[in-house]
Amino acid sequence: MSNRFKSRYDDDINLFEGRWHLAQYAILMALLVAAPWLLGTYYLGELTAVLVWSLAGLGLMLISGHTGQVSLGHAAFMAIGAFTNLALMLRGWHFLPALLASAVTSGVIGAIISRPILRMSGIYLAIATLALSIIIEDVAIIAEPITGGVAGVFAPPIALFGMEIDRYATPEAFYYLCLAVLVLVTLGYLNLLRSASGRSFLAVRDSEVSARALGVNVARAKTLSFSLSCAITGLAGALYAHLAQAVNYESFLVLISITLLLQVVIGGLGSVHGAFFGAIVVVLLPQLIAIARDFFDNAAGIKIAAYPGMDTALFALLILLMVIYEPRGLYGVWFKVRTWLQLFPLYRKGMFRRTRTYLKTERQR
Amino acid sequence: MSLLQVKDLSISFGGVKAVDGVSFTVEPGEVFTLVGPNGAGKSTIFNLISRLYEPSAGQIVFDGQDITGLPAHKVAGLGIARTFQNIELFDHSSVLQNLLIGRHCRRNTRWFEELLFLPKVRRSERQHRLLVEEVIDFLDLAAYRDKLIAGLPYGVRKVVEIARALSSEPKLILLDEPASGLSVEETQNMAWWIEDMQKDLGLTVLMVEHDMSLVSRVSNRVLAVSEGRPLAMGTAAEVQADPKVIEAYLGTEATS
Repeated sequence: MSNRFKSRYDDDINLFEGRWHLAQYAILMALLVAAPWLLGTYYLGELTAVLVWSLAGLGLMLISGHTGQVSLGHAAFMAIGAFTNLALMLRGWHFLPALLASAVTSGVIGAIISRPILRMSGIYLAIATLALSIIIEDVAIIAEPITGGVAGVFAPPIALFGMEIDRYATPEAFYYLCLAVLVLVTLGYLNLLRSASGRSFLAVRDSEVSARALGVNVARAKTLSFSLSCAITGLAGALYAHLAQAVNYESFLVLISITLLLQVVIGGLGSVHGAFFGAIVVVLLPQLIAIARDFFDNAAGIKIAAYPGMDTALFALLILLMVIYEPRGLYGVWFKVRTWLQLFPLYRKGMFRRTRTYLKTERQR
Repeated sequence: MSLLQVKDLSISFGGVKAVDGVSFTVEPGEVFTLVGPNGAGKSTIFNLISRLYEPSAGQIVFDGQDITGLPAHKVAGLGIARTFQNIELFDHSSVLQNLLIGRHCRRNTRWFEELLFLPKVRRSERQHRLLVEEVIDFLDLAAYRDKLIAGLPYGVRKVVEIARALSSEPKLILLDEPASGLSVEETQNMAWWIEDMQKDLGLTVLMVEHDMSLVSRVSNRVLAVSEGRPLAMGTAAEVQADPKVIEAYLGTEATS
């Protein structure tokens, strides 16, 4: 059982709560850095995919998890990021400026779109963002000079610091690139969350009316959050393009938007951990099913391969279970396990029973 | 000079005139209370002052500045803080976080500085913490500092909401039914805190309240409203004795 005594305000302001907390993340970081030696090429590729989807999930988490505005259109911003990056690189830009341009383009387009779109809320907002995702599929076909039309574009190799980085030729280098981008974005994200902007996002999520009364410019907070969210997702899109090596309109279908939303819901809305947990599930669940299928085929002689759509069904089941039993997602599970360990043996059964909520002012949102 | 001047304030929702030509002034350092039956328009007046509603006529002047055309999010920065009738706290955050959001109108950092967490941001965070701790001390909330709102009892939430309003360093605090749903002891504490806010912090308090014992104890002046119109003004005792006020609450005597 641990108890932390705070003696300075900085204890609350710092990113890490003391040495043990810092050590945990240092160990995680060390494991991630050592991954190319620990894992084979195939699993390193999968881990890279987890990193890229974590980044995309972080983007969506900012607007949906922390600002409370559902978006079913974030694949559109992955597309904008991916096509911007590839188009600029094919026109002779270096990778890093092109990557930055992906973020900026997605962010600016997000900011422009957010003003009309974020006037809506709830189901209407979901439909409007869904429309965004559908529109981008057509735009990706029409804007042929940039997107390569139906055929799409191939990702050129990345030249960085005198190294040639290619997903297949040098998977370790590409892995480190994704890791570096993800770590930087996560740190920026956490910095925002522990300062005034992040608090204003939470305020908008929990009660717009009192946010406004406390001096939060609600429209501006939503725009900032949406724009930053799009920028992060754009970065993820650019990295995804290099991971997939080729992208066309089919790479960013509505289904990707929905998967992203499911990812943050399964992971746990409103927690940074959730984006990572969700990405692990989204990327590794199909692999797990494939392994299970092989096992059943060989060992038990049951031909599961004869039943298509297993991934989708399992995914759907997982979502249902999550929504019913653990609305805070995998993060909620992790949080409970951690609390149980910290308090052992004093954990009480009713500790996380959902408390009743009190009536909110209904006439004002 | 009066701190708050409300002149001929009116608003109608559809055909209903919720507030109809209400005028009053609040002097610096006083506790001014609005009373009246349910649906009299007291909370609507609050929402008009904090600019959540757009008045159809009239003027609101705060500290010499006309705030009638100001957007709602600029009001807090001028020094008007408020609480809500049905508590509007940020349920998924801790008490400390809620109070820090109360400091939003005093923020002096931009988002890109926060993204990098420059030394300036850390200094500003420490400063915010220092001022929030003073409020925590004042309202005796230290035991709840790191607790989530979702797990707090109702009475404590009421106090946290006042603490959040105080965190913004207001000149005028609007309390919408501070004692509703509180036990006798909690109402007693609330009365002390309102007196402390007035005497120790030098705040001006504008309050809506039904509990007449609390109103009589803390208010300097009371305005009774009914059906959107002002009925009577004076001390708590004077207003309670006013025949028009009695009529509004109880109806007229049967006439033969």
